[in-house]
Amino acid sequence: MLLIECPWCGPRAESEYRCGGESPIVRPADPAATDDAAWADYLFYRDNAKGLSFERWHHRFGCGLWFNIARDTASHRILAIFGITDPRPVPEPGA
Amino acid sequence: MSGYRLKRGGDIDRSCPINFRWEGRCYTGFAGDTLASALLASGVRMIGRSFKYHRPRGLIAAGLDEPNFIVQLERGASTTPNLKAPYVELYDGLDAAPVNAWPSLRFDLLAVNSIFKRFIPAAFYYKTFMWPTWRVFEPLIRKAAGLGASPKLTDPDSYEQTSAHIDVLIVGGGIAGLAAAQHAAISGKSVMLVTGGRHWGGRLAGTSDSVEGKPAAVWIKDMLRTLSAMPNVALMTRTLATGHFDHGLVSLCERLTDHIPTHERSGPRQRFWRVRADALILATGAIERPLVFRGNDRPGVMLAGAARAYLHRHAVVAGREIVVATTNDSAWYAAFDLAEAGATIIAIVDTRPSPSPALVERAEGLGIMVHSNMAPAAAIGRRAVRAVRIGRVSPTGRIDSPAQAVRCDLLLMSGGWNPAVHLHSQGAGRLTFDHDLNSFVPEDGSPGHRSIGGAGGDFARYSTLAAAREQAVTRRPGPPHAALWSISESDVPDAEAWVDFQNDVTAGDIALAARENFRSVEHLKRYTTLGMASDQGKTSNVNGIGILSTLLAKPMEAIGTTKFRPPYDPIPFGLLAGHRIGDGLRPRRQLALHDWHAGRNASYEEYGGWMRPAAYLRPGESEADAVRREVLAVRTAVGIFEASPLGKIEVKGPDAAAFLDLMYVNRISTLKPGRCRYAIMLSENGTVFDDGVVTRLTDDHFLVGTTSGHAATITEAFREWLQCEWTTMRVLVEDVTTSWAVANVVGPKTRSVLHMLASDIDFSADAFAHMTAQRGYIGGIPARVARVSFTGELSYEIAVPWRCAGALWEALIAAGSSHGMVPFGVEALMTMRIEKGFLHIGADTDGTTLPQDIGFGAIMAKKTQDFVGRRSAHRPDGLRGDRRSFVGLEATDSNAAPLAIGAHILPAGTTQPQPSEGWVTSSAWSPTLGAPLALAMIERGEKRIGESVRVWDLGAWREARITRACRYDPQGARLDV
Ligand SMILES: [Zn+2]
Repeated sequence: MLLIECPWCGPRAESEYRCGGESPIVRPADPAATDDAAWADYLFYRDNAKGLSFERWHHRFGCGLWFNIARDTASHRILAIFGITDPRPVPEPGA
Repeated sequence: MSGYRLKRGGDIDRSCPINFRWEGRCYTGFAGDTLASALLASGVRMIGRSFKYHRPRGLIAAGLDEPNFIVQLERGASTTPNLKAPYVELYDGLDAAPVNAWPSLRFDLLAVNSIFKRFIPAAFYYKTFMWPTWRVFEPLIRKAAGLGASPKLTDPDSYEQTSAHIDVLIVGGGIAGLAAAQHAAISGKSVMLVTGGRHWGGRLAGTSDSVEGKPAAVWIKDMLRTLSAMPNVALMTRTLATGHFDHGLVSLCERLTDHIPTHERSGPRQRFWRVRADALILATGAIERPLVFRGNDRPGVMLAGAARAYLHRHAVVAGREIVVATTNDSAWYAAFDLAEAGATIIAIVDTRPSPSPALVERAEGLGIMVHSNMAPAAAIGRRAVRAVRIGRVSPTGRIDSPAQAVRCDLLLMSGGWNPAVHLHSQGAGRLTFDHDLNSFVPEDGSPGHRSIGGAGGDFARYSTLAAAREQAVTRRPGPPHAALWSISESDVPDAEAWVDFQNDVTAGDIALAARENFRSVEHLKRYTTLGMASDQGKTSNVNGIGILSTLLAKPMEAIGTTKFRPPYDPIPFGLLAGHRIGDGLRPRRQLALHDWHAGRNASYEEYGGWMRPAAYLRPGESEADAVRREVLAVRTAVGIFEASPLGKIEVKGPDAAAFLDLMYVNRISTLKPGRCRYAIMLSENGTVFDDGVVTRLTDDHFLVGTTSGHAATITEAFREWLQCEWTTMRVLVEDVTTSWAVANVVGPKTRSVLHMLASDIDFSADAFAHMTAQRGYIGGIPARVARVSFTGELSYEIAVPWRCAGALWEALIAAGSSHGMVPFGVEALMTMRIEKGFLHIGADTDGTTLPQDIGFGAIMAKKTQDFVGRRSAHRPDGLRGDRRSFVGLEATDSNAAPLAIGAHILPAGTTQPQPSEGWVTSSAWSPTLGAPLALAMIERGEKRIGESVRVWDLGAWREARITRACRYDPQGARLDV
C-alpha cells in the first residue's frame, strides 16, 4: 500500500485516495472541431509507461484535493508531488 | 514408538499436563508444548498423508517451514484448516485431525494413488483430464487433493485491526532481533520487536551455547529484562509478520487467544496490524534445506535443526537410534547435543570428503561413527524409516559405490541453510546467489529495509550481533557447504526423491518438466506445483532451482527464484475483514422518519444504500395488494412519501450557471430564479450519467437534484472538473443531501392538505406554478418547496432541515387525515413513473445509453455550447441509424402477468431465438390502467410505435406491441391544475 503525501493533509495511506489516471490530459479546446481520432486519443489513449509516470490523485477520504504525482510504476517510488496546474517537474538524472 | 521425553530440561511445565485429541484419540502433553512436540514426545511418527500420492508422512521441521504436519484444528464453525502443527500451541481439550487422510491415517483409501505413482507424473491432471472438459473431473480431484476443509459456517470469532506508525520495526526474536532492538531503543527511537512464536531467542532458546560470554539462556533473559524496562519498546510474541508491501507497509497477525482452551477464550481471536516504520529490520533467520534422496519423505526422516529445537525447547528426543546426514557443520552440533542428552547417535554421514578434524574428534569422543564423503542413497521402511542405505557420493550427487545399510529409526538431514528472504523479497528486495552458502541472499542496498543474521546469510554469532548494532563487519561466511541438490543412484534425478513435500514434487518431476521444455523457473513452478500453496517453497525452493540448474547446466543465478507471495503463512479471512462484516461492511442509511414508517408496517428494502419502505402493508395485504391500493389512492386522492434520499447538491458562485451549462445536456443559464428544470447529465464518453431537477434559487445559487444514492458521485464529478479542468471557475459545490429531509405530497387533493398548514407559502395554482420553487416557513420550520412530479400527479416536494422532519411530518399527517391521505412506498412510486414513461437512470439506461436514445436528441441539437459528453455522443457509433431507443411495451396476449425485466425483444413471427433487438428495462402491473406495462430499449423503437413484437424470456414467449413510453395522461392535463 502506497504512502502518499497529500499537499494539504500530509502522508496518508493509499486507501484514502483514488487514482485518476494519467495527468494532465488536455481537453481539446473546441471539441466540436476535433476529429474522431483526436477525440478518441483524448478519451481513451494513455501512455501507461513502465517507469516514470505522471498521474493525478484525489484525496477522496480526506480533504478532497486533486493533485499530481510523478511515480515510478515499476518500483512505486514517488518522485514528486505537485499541484494540478503546475508543470511537470523535470526528473533528476538517475532518479 | 520412537520419540520420547527427557526427565529434565526444556521450556515446558511438567507439573501441568494437558490433554488433547489427535485423530480422535486422547494424548497428553505439557504446558509449553506444541501439537507437534507433544505428539513427537508421545512416539507418534506418521502424522499425515501427502497431498497427491497420499504417502505416509512424518514431522520434519520445528517451525512454519513444516510441509507435512498440517492440521485441521477444532470442528464446526470455528474449525481452522491448514495450520502447521509446530506452530499450534497445546491447550486443554485441543482437537486436531490431519488434512489429507480419508477416512483415516492408517487406512487411507486414496493411498492407491501412491501405488499408481508412476502413472501420475507432474502435470498428469492437465494432460489426462482434457476431455470432454477439465470441469467434469475437477470436483473429484479437488476432493482427493485439497489441503484441509474450509469452514462451512459463519466464523464465530471476532478480529481486530489496528495501525502503528513507529521508528523501527524488527521482525524476528532471535539474538539478531533482540540486539537490534536494544541498539535502536537506546537512542530513544520507538521500537516494535515481533516474533511469531512464544519463545524469544530463536534457535538459541534453550541451548547451552555461549553468547558474548554468557550462556544463551542468561543472555536472552538479560536482554529481555533490559528491553521490557524501556518505555519506547514494544515486545510482541505470537505475532507473525505475514506480508511486506509497497512503501514499507508490514502486516502482522497477532494471535490473542489461539493458545487458550476454547471455553476460556474471550475478546478478539486475532489482531491485524498495519505497521509503517521508518526503518525495517528483518531478522527472520534461516530455513534448513532437506537432502533430496530416495524415500526422504518417510516418517522418521527429519531436519537436523528441528530435532535440536525439539530437544532444547520441549525436552523431546525425536528417535532412539539416530543417523545424521549432512553437507555442513550445523547438523554435527545437533548430533552432539542429542548425544549429550543421552540419545544414541549411530553415525554421522557427511558428504564432504574431509569435515573439520575438530568435529570428527568430538564425534569420536561421543562414540559416533563418522562416514565422510558419503550420502544417504535411500531411506528404507514403508510406514516409517527402519534403516538408511549410504554410499560414496560424487560432487554431483551420484552414489558411485555399492551402498551399505545402517539401521536407524530417526534419520536427521541437513542440506544447508536458506536465509528466510520472503519478507525481503515481497518488499521488492533483490536476491543474489552466494556461492559460499550455496543459497540466495538479500542483495545489499535494498531500499527501506535490511536483513541481519541468518536472514542476511550471516551465520556467525559475533558478526550477526555486530550487524544488529550497526557496527561495520566484513561478513564471515560459515564453513563452506557442499552444494548437493539431489542424490541419485543412477545418472538421472530420482523419481522418488522428494523436493517439495507439501505439494508432492520429486526430483524426477523437475527432470520431466525440464525435458518437456518448461525451463523457466516460473513455468517449472506451474507445471510441477513446486513451491506453491501455503508453503511457498520454504524448504523446497532452492533445492528445486539447484536441480534445474544442474539439468540445464546453467548457473543458479541465471535460473533465479520465483516470486514469494504473501502471506508468509495462511491467515483467516476474518482477520483481513476485521469489523467490516455483516452490517459493518457497508452501513445502511435510514430515513429521517424510519421509526414512523416501521410503525406503519413498512416492508423495508435497500435502495442505493438507503433502507426505504417498499410498501406499507395493512393486515391481510400482500405487497402487490398494498402497491395497488397506494397507487390508486395517490391517483384519486392524496399520498405522502418520504423522499429524503433524493440527492441535493448546492452549487454556488459567480460562475455557477456557466459551470452547470458545461455539466448538463440542457441549458441551465437561461433558467430564471425560482424555476426548476428537468435535466440530464452525461459522462465525458457520452453516456447518460444522471438526471434530476435543477432549481435556480438566486442568480448565483443553484440546487441540483440527483438520483437517490448518486449525490456523492455527482458531487465528486463536479469537483473533479472544477479542480482539474475548469480551474479558474469560481464555483463551490456542497452535497447537502442529508441536511434536508423531504416529504413529497402527491395527488389531486394535495392542495386541500397543504392549505391546512400554518405557512406563509401560497400553494395555489396561480401563486405556485408547476416546475417552480419557493422558500418559506411551515409551522415555523424553514422549508424549501418545489412543485415537481415523478408520478404525473400534482406534487410538492417539501424539504426541511433534517432535525425538523418529525415536526413537519406530524403537521402533514394531521392535515391529511381528513382527506384520506396514505403513506406510499418506493414500489408505488416506481409503478406510477412506469405508467408515465419516466426514465429511471440505471434501470432503463446502461453504460451504452446515449442522450439521443432517450429522446434528448433535439435538446442536444438546439444547444449551441459545448458540454461534457457532447462530442462523444457524436462519434460514429452514436450516429448509427439502428440504435436502440426508449419506448413503451404493452402485452397483447391474454396473460395479465407483467413482462419479465430483461426479456428479449424479437420481431413478430419469430419462433427461434435469434439476435435480440432489445430488452425490457422496467415492468409493472398498472392498477390505474388495469394492464401490465413495460418500458424497453428497442432497436429503432421510436420509429416502430404500434409494431407487434415477440418477447422471449428463459424459453417462454409473450406477444406485445411497441407504444410510446408515456401511457398515462400524455397531455399532462393532471399537472395543469
Ligand atoms: Zn488531503
